[in-house]
Amino acid sequence: MAVVFQKPKSLTDAVLHYCPGCTHGIVHRLVAEAIDELGIEGRTIGIAPVGCSVMAYDYFACDMIEAAHGRAPAVATGVKRSLPDRIVFTYQGDGDLASIGLCETVSCACRGENVTVIFINNAIYGMTGGQMAPTSLVGQVTQTSPYGRDPKTQGLPIRICELLASLDAPAYLERVAVNTVAHVRQAKKAILKAFKNQVEGRGFSLVEVLSTCPTNWGLTPVKACQWVEEKMVPQYPLGNFRDKAAEEAKQ
Amino acid sequence: MAKLTFREDLCKGCGLCVQACPKKILELSKTKLNHKGHSPVECTRPDECVGCASCAMMCPDCVITVER
Amino acid sequence: MGSKVLMKGNEAIAEAAIRCGCRHYFGYPITPQTEIAAYMSKRMPKIGGTFLQAESEIAAINMVYGAASTGRRAMTSSSSPGVSLKAEGISYLAGADLPALIVNVQRGGPGLGGIQPSQSDYFFMTRGPGHGDFRIIVLAPATVQEMADMTRLAFELGEKYRMPAMLLADGTMGQMMEPVVLPGEETDPEDVLAGKPWATNGTGMKRAHNIVNSLYLKPEELERTNLERFERYAALEKDECRWEEYMMDDAEVCVVSVGITARVSKNAIVAARKEGVKVGMIRPITLYPFPKEALAKAAAKVKSFLTVELNMGQMNEDVRLATNCAKPVAMCNRVGGMIPSADEVLAAIRKEAN
Repeated sequence: MAVVFQKPKSLTDAVLHYCPGCTHGIVHRLVAEAIDELGIEGRTIGIAPVGCSVMAYDYFACDMIEAAHGRAPAVATGVKRSLPDRIVFTYQGDGDLASIGLCETVSCACRGENVTVIFINNAIYGMTGGQMAPTSLVGQVTQTSPYGRDPKTQGLPIRICELLASLDAPAYLERVAVNTVAHVRQAKKAILKAFKNQVEGRGFSLVEVLSTCPTNWGLTPVKACQWVEEKMVPQYPLGNFRDKAAEEAKQ
Repeated sequence: MAKLTFREDLCKGCGLCVQACPKKILELSKTKLNHKGHSPVECTRPDECVGCASCAMMCPDCVITVER
Repeated sequence: MGSKVLMKGNEAIAEAAIRCGCRHYFGYPITPQTEIAAYMSKRMPKIGGTFLQAESEIAAINMVYGAASTGRRAMTSSSSPGVSLKAEGISYLAGADLPALIVNVQRGGPGLGGIQPSQSDYFFMTRGPGHGDFRIIVLAPATVQEMADMTRLAFELGEKYRMPAMLLADGTMGQMMEPVVLPGEETDPEDVLAGKPWATNGTGMKRAHNIVNSLYLKPEELERTNLERFERYAALEKDECRWEEYMMDDAEVCVVSVGITARVSKNAIVAARKEGVKVGMIRPITLYPFPKEALAKAAAKVKSFLTVELNMGQMNEDVRLATNCAKPVAMCNRVGGMIPSADEVLAAIRKEAN
């Protein structure tokens, strides 16, 4: 018998602190699998956000930098310009990437920085106790939208992949989910591509991952996965929004 | 022929693997609690495991190693 | 011995940074320091360096944080309102014990203020350039030559003590043109990577991973890192104070000033001496670490101090603290971009002498 599935080498032995059923753990693993499969752990530098995954620096075995809230793409830019042959990735939540860091996200994408951004969209701010996120759905009850998100005073959700697709520079933009096995397989492919793009010097790659927050959604982990399917996917369609490598291959 | 190994101490009893298993042979223990107070996953009929690794793929905590 | 060139203060900083191995500049335009960005935008591409006009001063300081994490010599420059934006990033640099150069060419404030020179960020830079218990090295140049020399010093001290360093100039220093001698020999940018085992530049699979971080959720750990940092500050205070003394041997009035006001004060002191007034000057070169001992020594001999500043009384407080208020500490100040004339300073000196 051969091992067909085990914990990737570029995850440390630190025990993940995430809530039961939180899909951060799945995405951490997919990122680590990509790093393992490309053999790049020794030259990878990851940048952790502020949010539930603030301690991602303990979970990845590569060199890690803790960034200020929202600033990871700017930090990544500083690292990549300093050591262009290293592989640099950011791992950010919806507050980090789409709220406080929206300018840094768009500007980094606009510059076409050759970095990889993993965007965890779980439509809520987990770490601080379940407040509304820019990606929270209309009518979604959160701590700061206790009557449900009201478009009149609280706006409408932001679609990051579509927003960044309006820019010419990004090389790869894909939205995936990790709420079913089939989706996890697709997510893995996308994340691997996003890292491979950087290895090949293709430019800015972002994977938006629809994720769960069972604790703050008030759902069981299994029901939370269903909520992604029923409520989030219609708002945030899965699929590819930019793939310069594929376009090139066609020509 | 397939074999599953579980890191019981890491299991948080989230149930995603139970849901994912196409053969429905995983269950959260009704009798055991691990040191964190979670009911860890158990394989009720190991002979029926086909080694698809769906359980391991859905596990956020790398609890399951799959051999085939 | 290097070449002597007539240069603008802002440009002297930029050229000096390049010659001491800095190849990464991240900045944003703001008067009166935009020449630094413009100069870097021309020089850096020619030498394989990075010039990046960031989307904001916030982004720029965070780019510096990233670059500094890798061990590279990295810098940013701004003026007062832009430095306010950098406060968070400066705190993170300090909390992660990273060396980096931040240049602040001060303008009038608060708020949008004006574009003429000031020294009103003194408190901000020496006390709290960001949240939390920390200091940054603060150097105050008074000539274009010092703008160049202090650039190298800022990088070296920052790396020696693992902390951010600031060149705190007033707008005049940035804009004036004077002859500068720049070092003929340049530092190799690869050489600056040495001696930084903490840098996050890729494990190469040869070592445990490095983490650049300022988060310590356990209070005991956070306290420990704070205490350890302050031990380094104590060493810095003991060994790295720099100041210039001018005509202090028999001085009865001691002027304390930096930057353009120190230059104006020198002229006033020369005139006062002609009138028989025994006045001298202590010009701090390091604002942090502040030359407390030199001032305390002077307090034993002089009758009073006179700070000459472009603010509402900031360095004045540090002189009082350093001298334990042993003697009166008066002030001659202008704000809003106004600069006192030598006559104004002379009048203030005369007042103290009587």
